[in-house]
Amino acid sequence: MRNMACKLAGVHFKNPIVMASGTFGFGKEYTRLYDIQQLGGISGKGLTLQPKAGNTGIRVWETPSGMLNSVGLENPGVAAFLRDETPNWESLDTARIVNLGGGSIEDYVTGAELITEHENRLRRLGRSSIDMIELNISCPNVKEGGIAYGVQTETAREVVRQVRRATSLPLIVKLSPNAENIAGMAVMCEDEGADGVSLINTISGMKIDIKQRKSVFNNVYAGLSGPAIKPVALRMVHQVAQHVKIPIMGMGGIASAHDVIEFIMAGASVIQVGTYNFMNLRAGEQLVSGIMQFMEQENISSLDEIRGII
Amino acid sequence: MPIVKSNVKIAEHTYMLTIEGQFEGRMGQFYMVRAWSDYPVLSRPISIYDIQPESIVFLYHVVGEGTERFAALEQGDSIDLEGPFGNGFLEVSGKVALVGGGIGIAPLYFAARQLNKPDIYLGFSREAYLVEAFKPHANEVVCNVGGMIVNEIDYSQYDAILTCGPHVMMKALAERAKDSDAEVYVSLEKRMACGIGACLVCSVICQHGNKKACVDGPVFKAKEVNFDAEYGV
Repeated sequence: MRNMACKLAGVHFKNPIVMASGTFGFGKEYTRLYDIQQLGGISGKGLTLQPKAGNTGIRVWETPSGMLNSVGLENPGVAAFLRDETPNWESLDTARIVNLGGGSIEDYVTGAELITEHENRLRRLGRSSIDMIELNISCPNVKEGGIAYGVQTETAREVVRQVRRATSLPLIVKLSPNAENIAGMAVMCEDEGADGVSLINTISGMKIDIKQRKSVFNNVYAGLSGPAIKPVALRMVHQVAQHVKIPIMGMGGIASAHDVIEFIMAGASVIQVGTYNFMNLRAGEQLVSGIMQFMEQENISSLDEIRGII
Repeated sequence: MPIVKSNVKIAEHTYMLTIEGQFEGRMGQFYMVRAWSDYPVLSRPISIYDIQPESIVFLYHVVGEGTERFAALEQGDSIDLEGPFGNGFLEVSGKVALVGGGIGIAPLYFAARQLNKPDIYLGFSREAYLVEAFKPHANEVVCNVGGMIVNEIDYSQYDAILTCGPHVMMKALAERAKDSDAEVYVSLEKRMACGIGACLVCSVICQHGNKKACVDGPVFKAKEVNFDAEYGV
């Protein structure tokens, strides 16, 4: 029996394939394509305390081997998510991760408190709809919050510290590749009591329409994702793995089972899949079977055998 | 994997792609079409032109890298299709007009075949195409090249108008129809990534907040869409 499972911050992942925030809605959109309970986990669309309409204008642009997005955290807000989406999450047999962004430290804290209260209330009834919070301090597409907190370690420290106090749920922090010092940022998260880190979010990028003589995005800059960023992401996961003991969710351009194995060898406990979902709507289930196939070919009985071996 | 049956040039930059197989779909729905493995990263949302018992037909305009690759497809090539996606045109009753502008005529053919002989208005900027194909399914076909097709319509005689074309045309149509009893349905084109409502790349600014072109649309009631905010016009 080959074992793909992993425990991360006390949460069971049946395999290392987790769907990345912003590419997987709240999960139900993909259920017409495959049973998403085959996945290790899902990270829902990034939430903010108040609903957000997101950015105007063009929101996506393809690049060589990747894409730029400028969605700008459009989301229904924490309260609407808890009301409308958690009943479905309650019945899902996969790790359920809430991705939480914020425009101010107060918003982050209040959002985390609402999520935690909701989950604790359910747990007292012997039920559960949320396994983990992923703190988003790295969205490059909103002017306030998001990446404003994700570049400088000491600015981020205050957010992580206060959200850590506000929630008893497992907390992972999603890091930006635009951070001034990615390893230092991860060490700070560990020091402040985070249960793990996930990286990398998109790389800040740009596209200019030379005929119109302006950026194609109303927000000027946008986030680059897809296979184009994989070498950078892999290097950063490896770098962070050398500096922290808390588990890592690795992501950035993963588009094959072999890519997943690379991230695990670089030190990731589990990985997240984002843009590849758009390249292949059935990416999730195909990656799960691809990992199993690789383990059989290489006679690997547990992914622990290859985790962090580089 | 589905196989290309034919890929015929209809007009300048405009092709008709027929794919073998049994496919589902309602008028106004679309498929995410992909004729390559990894790059470009995104599939292309293409509306259904027609469905036959053993094939599906797409009409597309070559505008960029993806559709250029579609144009190079030959009989026997394989192609990826996911769908059908989107809400499609609602069933409408009474006297119906279909109004298409340019490549926007694409979803209207399938609608014409399913409706009871609607009046059909087709507008083109330079060159008309497929007008003859619409005729057997129409009460009347009005075609305009180089002008404003929306000026050729007596709005007062219709209960419903289904339209697809440049947003400027659809907005003008909605304004002209405002004082009539006709309910106008617009089919919007947006850049998409997932096509299934997960990524929020195709949000449309509506009177009561954003809607997703891929699942709430691509067909909306015209009065629902905030054209000024959405298109900055």
